[in-house]
Amino acid sequence: MTRAKPEPMQVVKQRRDAALRALVSGVPYIRFLGIEFDRRGDEITATLPFDEKLIGNPMLPALHGGVTAAFLEVTAIVELSWATLWEDVETGRIDLSAPEPVLPRLPKTIDFTVDYLRSGLPRDAYARARVNRSGRRYASVHVEAWQDNRTRLYAQATGHFLMPERPHG
Amino acid sequence: MAQMSEDEEKLALARRFIEAIPHSRALAMHLEAIGGGHAVISMPWDERLVGDPRTGVIHGGAVSALMDTCCGAAVMSHPEAPAGTATIDLRIDYMRAATPRQRITARAEVYHITRTVAFLRATAHDEEAGLPVATATGAFTVERPKGEAK
Repeated sequence: MTRAKPEPMQVVKQRRDAALRALVSGVPYIRFLGIEFDRRGDEITATLPFDEKLIGNPMLPALHGGVTAAFLEVTAIVELSWATLWEDVETGRIDLSAPEPVLPRLPKTIDFTVDYLRSGLPRDAYARARVNRSGRRYASVHVEAWQDNRTRLYAQATGHFLMPERPHG
Repeated sequence: MAQMSEDEEKLALARRFIEAIPHSRALAMHLEAIGGGHAVISMPWDERLVGDPRTGVIHGGAVSALMDTCCGAAVMSHPEAPAGTATIDLRIDYMRAATPRQRITARAEVYHITRTVAFLRATAHDEEAGLPVATATGAFTVERPKGEAK
């Protein structure tokens, strides 16, 4: 039995990073907020670098509650899409080397609830999402955000999402 | 210069307050009305706020920011005059996609307030009347002026 030679790790890594980039770069609002994504294996960490325009209370000063909500929602959507996209890229359903690769549609938010635990300080924030349930149609995602200390969350959120239709799902 | 009525003066003051918030300014939010625990704030459609480039629909996060600001403004305008407020939690239900290139208007109302907590309801509409784009419910802190008897 002949087996295809395994791909060099670097090639796999590049393909994974390209998939994440393709997903994120197409969304103007992610650019507007300046959110960046960092991948280690299958774990994605979102970073919201501090910027003056993210301030909601100039007296304290503190990050705008709406910015925090948006940061968490973006992180949840990217985490959720990433899992599906990754599968499509690996099975060859989506070819990212095509001149204009056709990416799957993004999940739609049904509802999103944010808990504000501490005021957001005027510095970088980080977030990670966990998909607790992902069915064919609905998904439930939990997101946590922190600043200096991973164990001192400044906000957390739970959201429900409608998954995009997948023709070959 | 024409004399401003007391209501107009209050609106002008609140408008300056909202517009001094960097993120509200970045989203070009405009205070339409405020008073008695109610607030109306609108925001124009903007290409930079798009969440789905295929449809041009604004990202839910931008609608959250508008709703959060509007709820905070409603708390501040309550007759019990809190000295400050912060969001405890905010839940948003997305009813339908906002129509691209249309202005979004949020309306928030304090439906109950205690010494420490304000409970809010809010809706967001685009330029089409009827079904809102989103609705929200939230709890906000009520900060009392320093020195006030407990």
